[in-house]
Amino acid sequence: MLERSVATPLPPASGGTPMLETDDVARFFDVSRPLIQRVIAREGKRMLRAVDGVSFAIPKGTTLSLVGESGCGKSTVARLVVGLYGPTRGKVFFDGQDLAVARSDASQRRRMQMIFQDPYASLNPRWRVRDIIAEPIRAFGLAQGTVEIDARVAELLTQVGLSPLDGQKYPHEFSGGQRQRISIARALSSNPEFLVCDEPTSALDVSVQAQILNLMKDLQSRLGLTYLFISHNLAVVRQVSDRVGVMYLGRLVELAPAETLFTTPRHPYTRALMEAIPDLDMTGRQRIPVGGEVPSPINPPSGCPFHPRCPLANDRCRAQRPELVAARGTPETQVACHAVEEGRDDPRPAPAEAQRAA
Amino acid sequence: MSNTRPLLEVRNLRVEFPTRRGTLVALDDVSFDIHPGEVLGVVGESGAGKSMTGAAIIGLLEPPGRIAAGSISLAGRRIDNLPYKEMRTVRGREIGAIFQDPLTTLNPLYTVGRQLVETMTTHLPLNPAQARKKAIEWLELVGIPAAAQRIDSYPHEFSGGMRQRVVIALALCAEPKLIVADEPTTALDVSIQAQVIALLKTLAREKGTSMMLVTHDMGVIAETADRVAVMYAGRIAEIGAVRQVVKHPAHPYTIGLMGSIPPISHRMDRLLQIEGAMPRLSAIPKGCAYNPRCPRVFDRCRGERPELLDAGDTRAACWLYDRADKDAAHAVAESGYGEVRHA
Ligand SMILES: Nc1ncnc2c1ncn2[C@@H]1O[C@H](COP(=O)(O)OP(=O)(O)OP(=O)(O)O)[C@@H](O)[C@H]1O
Ligand SMILES: Nc1ncnc2c1ncn2[C@@H]1O[C@H](COP(=O)(O)OP(=O)(O)O)[C@@H](O)[C@H]1O
Ligand code: SF4
Ligand code: SF4
Ligand SMILES: [Mg+2]
Ligand SMILES: [Mg+2]
Repeated sequence: MLERSVATPLPPASGGTPMLETDDVARFFDVSRPLIQRVIAREGKRMLRAVDGVSFAIPKGTTLSLVGESGCGKSTVARLVVGLYGPTRGKVFFDGQDLAVARSDASQRRRMQMIFQDPYASLNPRWRVRDIIAEPIRAFGLAQGTVEIDARVAELLTQVGLSPLDGQKYPHEFSGGQRQRISIARALSSNPEFLVCDEPTSALDVSVQAQILNLMKDLQSRLGLTYLFISHNLAVVRQVSDRVGVMYLGRLVELAPAETLFTTPRHPYTRALMEAIPDLDMTGRQRIPVGGEVPSPINPPSGCPFHPRCPLANDRCRAQRPELVAARGTPETQVACHAVEEGRDDPRPAPAEAQRAA
Repeated sequence: MSNTRPLLEVRNLRVEFPTRRGTLVALDDVSFDIHPGEVLGVVGESGAGKSMTGAAIIGLLEPPGRIAAGSISLAGRRIDNLPYKEMRTVRGREIGAIFQDPLTTLNPLYTVGRQLVETMTTHLPLNPAQARKKAIEWLELVGIPAAAQRIDSYPHEFSGGMRQRVVIALALCAEPKLIVADEPTTALDVSIQAQVIALLKTLAREKGTSMMLVTHDMGVIAETADRVAVMYAGRIAEIGAVRQVVKHPAHPYTIGLMGSIPPISHRMDRLLQIEGAMPRLSAIPKGCAYNPRCPRVFDRCRGERPELLDAGDTRAACWLYDRADKDAAHAVAESGYGEVRHA
């Protein structure tokens, strides 16, 4: 007997224990040069703070998205959250249980799965699709015997919009979008409740991206899934999220309900990201690109890490790092910015909203 | 703009790849013009033939790919059949190229200054000292801070966004008439993309340079291009003024493509989606290449291949716009020209 029929949604989720919670989680990488070279050059160890003090909770059945530019630590959070990396500091809780404990128990491990950006690299090219999808089913003992496993694989392939006959083929026989469907089928094969999706559509064309986003939404409403969704594309994030966290240099700078974030973004970096999106509505709005480059996480700037690029930076910003706290005016938003706290931030609506009103 | 003689004229271009299993047709009957000072955007899904079109123009088709038919003319002179050496001069002097990965253009062993100086002394009547002075000016123009100090740095000493600025300086420094830019911002961060696009746009305007801007990002096209060509399966599906193509596309494929772009301004329950995928080169359907995915397909589409036809404000390769065809006229009357959500 299969553990959970695909058509039965989980009980409605509200309040209660979050599916996932991180508490001040951090992950540093040692990027020092070899010891001999360090001794010769008289330099110390060099630590790259990929993620530094990130806290959030994802209620069951909802989607939290993380956005930010390359290198800000999104994938590192994803890997921390499924236990591929251990935290340097802080804790991760999966359904109320310490992640390290949960990971040691196969019946808990089965409940979380990850989907990666590159559907080429994440599928074993020498295996038939059927075996790729069946592997977690076997590993977790979720179905016995060829007949039952085949039936489950066929069901999963159908669920992601492929044909059961596709199970006989190899990954290279599929297009990029179809391969991402196979990755999703594989992730779903252990009946997970929590999916971490790291840029699942970034390698795909827009038309294929629309197919995959629609599929992910369908699956969420049918199976009651909880998603941690990672993307650098704000428009994509707006389509799928309940809550959104904006990351910069390894930290959350803003965390808010999706609608609030897009209608009243508060952090100057969030506003800059929105400003950077090309204007498809062709209102002739002049965009002001944010200046400067993303600084290195090996030597992050003092004080607020965004201060070298921020139009509102002052002496306090250069000296003192702002904490993530409830924003003045929009208390459901948490934001790490002195200007917001002091009430000297920009009161104009979001660029996208101004554009819609125009 | 259409009164002037086009700077670039591409006519019935066909590019083939001979393979063991037969000849693949990568580009088929592609025709378009670029006028002086004009930015033509080229969009489409990966594999549609965008890069191939750019490569054919700059004479860098990867063998065994070859131009099998048609012609390419720059300022009235055929450039598709030039000997290698002559084409190399055209490429530096008259056409500048910018690719997705700045490292394919930059030589990692030479300082950026040396590369700029060599390009300028080869193509312009400048001595090395004059060229070096100009090189610093170019680096300043593309927004490299402390250009006089950075000129002797190597490419790896710059960030990705800075490298792409250097590539832009390199492509423009010999003052070419045409720039072919293939996904110039795709590898860059969102905030850096905006900087680079703004830079390309201003420089092209200021210098009166024409540009073929290849990208799969419709937003970039909407902001930068004057006209846009939408490619599908090695052919042009639709071409016209950017505003018309973005806001009132006529070809069913363009309508689907525009509809599948997630909007930033609101949340949709479901995105519009085109079913299926673009065909492989070895299996391009007979008739209209889009017919197996087209919601408006009718009998004629499966047998006869449509040419670009007048479709209101744009030109579209779609039988719906054949006024002589009663079935088609009926179909258009039923739905009007394409109206997209973004309009
Ligand atoms: N194993 C590792 N060793 C050393 N540094 C690492 C390692 N993994 C990640 N980093 C660094 O940590 C930082 C965050 O990386 P991460 O992959 O999380 O970024 P990201 O936000 O996912 O970026 P992208 O959008 O490019 O995927 C980067 O500076 C990266 O170079
Ligand atoms: N060396 C080659 N041999 C055979 N086919 C090729 C070769 N290079 C590219 N193609 C094919 O030509 C088509 C157009 O490619 P390309 O112009 O790179 O697409 P785009 O830039 O629109 O993504 C694709 O189907 C691609 O697979
Ligand atoms: S704390 Fe200061 S520098 Fe940082 S985002 Fe706010 S205003 Fe800008
Ligand atoms: S020619 Fe026919 S199949 Fe092709 S796009 Fe037009 S209606 Fe669709
Ligand atoms: Mg990543
Ligand atoms: Mg390409």
